Amino acid sequence: MADAAASPTGWGRTGGGGFRKPSVLPGFGITLGFTLAYLSLIVLIPLAALILGAAGLGWDGFWAAVLKPRVLASLQVSFGAALAAALINAVFGLAVAWVLVRYDFPGRRVVNAAVDLPFALPTAVAGIALTELYAPNGWIGGLLEPLGIQVAFTPLGIVVALTFVGLPFVVRTVEPVLQELEAEQEEAAAMLGAGRLATVFRVVLPAILPALLTGFALAFARGVGEYGSVIFIAGNLPMVSEIMPLLIVIQLEQYDYAGATAVATLMLAVSFALLLLINLLQHWMRARHDA
Amino acid sequence: MTLEASFGASAPPAPPPAYQVRSESRLVRAALIAVALGFLGLFLVLPLAVVLTRAFASGVSAYAAALTEPDALAAIRLTLTAAAIAVPLNLLFGLCAAWCIARFEFRGKSVLITLIDLPFSVSPVIAGMVYVLLFGLHGWLGPWLRSHDVQIIFALPGIVLATVFVTFPFVARELIPLMQEQGSDEEEAAVVLGASGWQLFLRVTLPKIKWGLLYGVLLCNARAMGEFGAVSVVSGHIRGQTNTMPLHVEILYNEYNMAAAFAVASLLAALALVTLVIKTLLEWRYADELAATRRH
Repeated sequence: MADAAASPTGWGRTGGGGFRKPSVLPGFGITLGFTLAYLSLIVLIPLAALILGAAGLGWDGFWAAVLKPRVLASLQVSFGAALAAALINAVFGLAVAWVLVRYDFPGRRVVNAAVDLPFALPTAVAGIALTELYAPNGWIGGLLEPLGIQVAFTPLGIVVALTFVGLPFVVRTVEPVLQELEAEQEEAAAMLGAGRLATVFRVVLPAILPALLTGFALAFARGVGEYGSVIFIAGNLPMVSEIMPLLIVIQLEQYDYAGATAVATLMLAVSFALLLLINLLQHWMRARHDA
Repeated sequence: MTLEASFGASAPPAPPPAYQVRSESRLVRAALIAVALGFLGLFLVLPLAVVLTRAFASGVSAYAAALTEPDALAAIRLTLTAAAIAVPLNLLFGLCAAWCIARFEFRGKSVLITLIDLPFSVSPVIAGMVYVLLFGLHGWLGPWLRSHDVQIIFALPGIVLATVFVTFPFVARELIPLMQEQGSDEEEAAVVLGASGWQLFLRVTLPKIKWGLLYGVLLCNARAMGEFGAVSVVSGHIRGQTNTMPLHVEILYNEYNMAAAFAVASLLAALALVTLVIKTLLEWRYADELAATRRH
């Protein structure tokens, strides 16, 4: 009967010896086939084309394109700003997660929902809104101007934009871990005479460290690749406030495909390294959680 | 209750309740809440407020005019068209991927899951660029496409491809953990009782995953309509033809047409807020039927 039932999409039966465990459910072949075809066409082949293009430049050609002063400067700007923004988010994101999990105050559920705004708000909208806020005549920029601090159109502006974009990551990774933290350890520490501060730093922080690092790495990875929210506020001065994704766009507009390919491949390599790191961190998190 | 009370008489004095040792003094608590809310106010509330005030800075009629002007209407139409193609494609993909991954055991599954997540870790600019390298005038297939009069880059197909790339994992990512957790007992029972493939999907699986599916589609759609970087690279910025709403915002802003730029931006902000509200309602009402609220 199972065979008859499986017949409309009866590929499920042909899955081949040791490749998969047998199952009565239909549709394995067709869904896996579509998944692989779609994944290859949309993601894998285009990315492979990029990497092949970089390989076509040759070792010397690749480094010649990457080691230009303007590229290195943009690398420094992108990484520096993403790092600063991720650090800000690690500190304040932890505070937000702590407050949302541990304390009760009016509007807590609404605040909790609002944390996801940077995921939902289109980056271009965030970009022009932050620029308006921090421009010398803006609501915040106007307050900072007399102090001699300029945010918009400087590298500081990039940090502001990346802080906005990365805001949910630390909160959303730390929140569930904080929630599931057992009370016993903290109580034991308190019973044994540890002050509250010592308990938080010696008991709570080590327990949430993997989650905090994961959130930090996610925010950092997002910041390195971010484009839309940054280009409005950055000023985009070459060598000073030009991020790597923008440099790629400029190279493409000038039909410098070789240069763009080399820089993009470098960025892709960094992204994959970060992805690997994040996976390792999550593995660590899960291992600790299960222990 | 009575049991506890009877024990209470002879038991040693109860330790201070957990909420006392696990919490901070009132002052610290108030300060932390102030810091957290101040941070969120600075980065979430103020940007939204500035979008709204700037959008209506020149009055309601200017606002309406900015949204009904032909180029703005063309941008809205293009954004809706691109999302209307990209989201169903990724929905179909998400269902297929979740079905084969969550319902079958096969070799290389974890590699497949990692590959599906890949687009999230690629910069949007690179997501657009790979299609320029393939289909652009100077790209690998460019000359062939031109001789056959097919335009992909600087046209709708390119915009759809870039949008599909950046929203690729949303539905699959929500459905895979959800269906893995639900298990396949009910589906197996249905097959044994003689259900066909379609009956199985429509009557057994779909009712179990419908809220998770809606959740994934919602997030996928928000990103599809709001995507800037990837679409910007492939669009060519032809006013009235290949400008999506976010790109239209950029052009208006760079022309110092602030009121109009923020008027279109306010529409996108409204989309974000509606998305957030529906997402939150789904999380509150159907937390048990969503994977996203239980993951981590």
